[in-house]
Amino acid sequence: MPLLEVDNLEIAIAMRGQLLPVVRGISFSVDEGETLGIVGESGCGKSLTSLAIMGLLDGTPVRITGGDIRFEGQDLRQLNRRERRAIMGSRMAMIFQEPMTSLNPVYRIGDQIVENLRQHQKISQKAARARAIELLELVRIPEPQQRVDSYPHQMSGGQRQRVMIAMALSCDPKLLIADEPTTALDVTVQKEVLDLMADLQERMGTAIVLISHDLGVIAETCDKVAVMYRGKIAEAAPTDDLFARLAHPYTRGLLNSIPVVDRDVEWLEAIPGRVPGIDEDIEGCAFHPRCPRAQDICRRNEPKQHRIGNEHTSHCHFAEEAAP
Amino acid sequence: MFAYTIKRLLTLIPTLLAASVLVFLFVHLIPGDPASILLGDTATPEEVAALTKELGLDKPLIVQYFYWLIQVVQGDFGRSLFFGAPVLSVIANGAQTSILLALMTMVWIVIFGIPIGVLSASYQGRWVDQLTSGGAMLFASVPTFWLGLYLILIFAVWLGWLPSSGFPAIDGVGALGHLRYLLLPSLTLAAPNAALIIRLVRASMLDVSREDHVRTARAKGLHPSRVAIKHIFRNALIAVAAAFGFTFAALVSEAVVTETVFSLPGIGQLVVQSILRRDYPVIQGVILVIVVLYAVVNLLVDLAYARLDPRVSLQ
Repeated sequence: MPLLEVDNLEIAIAMRGQLLPVVRGISFSVDEGETLGIVGESGCGKSLTSLAIMGLLDGTPVRITGGDIRFEGQDLRQLNRRERRAIMGSRMAMIFQEPMTSLNPVYRIGDQIVENLRQHQKISQKAARARAIELLELVRIPEPQQRVDSYPHQMSGGQRQRVMIAMALSCDPKLLIADEPTTALDVTVQKEVLDLMADLQERMGTAIVLISHDLGVIAETCDKVAVMYRGKIAEAAPTDDLFARLAHPYTRGLLNSIPVVDRDVEWLEAIPGRVPGIDEDIEGCAFHPRCPRAQDICRRNEPKQHRIGNEHTSHCHFAEEAAP
Repeated sequence: MFAYTIKRLLTLIPTLLAASVLVFLFVHLIPGDPASILLGDTATPEEVAALTKELGLDKPLIVQYFYWLIQVVQGDFGRSLFFGAPVLSVIANGAQTSILLALMTMVWIVIFGIPIGVLSASYQGRWVDQLTSGGAMLFASVPTFWLGLYLILIFAVWLGWLPSSGFPAIDGVGALGHLRYLLLPSLTLAAPNAALIIRLVRASMLDVSREDHVRTARAKGLHPSRVAIKHIFRNALIAVAAAFGFTFAALVSEAVVTETVFSLPGIGQLVVQSILRRDYPVIQGVILVIVVLYAVVNLLVDLAYARLDPRVSLQ
């Protein structure tokens, strides 16, 4: 049984009395200790998917309109709020894109870690503090005994993201959801944080869902990849398979738009056009207005799922041909 | 924190000096020369000349200012033209009532303003919020004198529960019982200010609730009430603390009206009557006292601010 199973998940945003679909039926699963990368441009629904899994859509105009999310065999949509909160921060934890603003500015970082620990474990204040120092050491914050009493504004972005990771891992979660955890960081710091996450994952056996717009980041860290476009999974495959055989023109476009340092290019290739707005209707394949090889069939019919390999799927009429 | 307090205390000095110059010049801004104004219409030119010399008004303005400043620093604000007593003791008499009134008002503002504001934000858009927000708008826009008169009409005239006006000296018997004289005036004064605090607490809580760190708090699986109090309210308090400084300034001017409506012998009434009596030394003294009070209150607000927001004291 997979640790996390998302089945035909649909998410919509309530706007002007209408429900506009943002995520249009996506399915994927994550096994224990595995890393799944979800990649796509902004607005493709990847962040909302992560918030839906975590249970953070309450109080927003966004809601789940269909499908199931099963975690450790439990259907999360059937749980009441109390049961749901018992999972959040303990067996499932999340880190966010904005390390600069994701910590409460008025509390010491140690107290913020302690708060998460004591919410879910019967542990004394003193023991929790000792554990917080251990966790800070684990995420390689220098001088953790002193830094435990620092305020967030006294730390750099990279350090704050490490604190977020320490907090998220404090109760030994089975699943860590990381929504663009390194996007706001310098490239060098980015690498350090990703290495740290990979290292901790190996040590603690945590499964990770890594949300990113950067295929490079995904390629380095993930066991398997789901490429999302306009609320659907365009292509999904184990990472090696995906890069060995790109079976969707959108994935190819994403890959071509990554700058390569050791190759001299005059123009960075970009995907033409823009992500369509959520209130726009597109007939046929959602990607066809931007696709370099769109044919008549793409404008008329929505592509079905094509299986290329064992675990490699693509939603493209020319999935078999698209592969080199 | 200590260094910040010292730094903040030092910035008080130029503020107070600037205020003292304005207060000093106040007498010189009145048309005509101060000596003849002080002596009134019936004074002879000899008397005016004598007083001019006595007050040092024949000396250059800057010299006069320093003489005056030295006296003021020693607590000598001159004598009241009406009472003949030292200005400071005249002010002290009124201050007793005013300080009690201000304290009681502040208590109401905190008791009503903060919890109702929190409630209003927690139930945003629902009937609790609409009721409290509507009520707050109403009380924020009602003039104090009108509210005061209606409270007198209802609680003193019709129901007869509370005295309509006046305030006996605090050294009399059952001093605590005298606080009931201040109940209606303090509620009158508190109403518009508490209403503003309700609106402010609500608005800043809604602002904070959209911040990223609140999402982090919810991702910890905390109970919504804990998120609201420990994370949202605690951050919203920073903006609210700043508003208390302004609230105090509003209280000073509204107290003038309220004390008049309820015939309370406080500083507000003293100012009004001293203006009518052209008792310039008292007016000068009261303004100076209010300026000092205002500066001290804002110092306290700033210190509270630094305590509430760890980012402040280090900058």
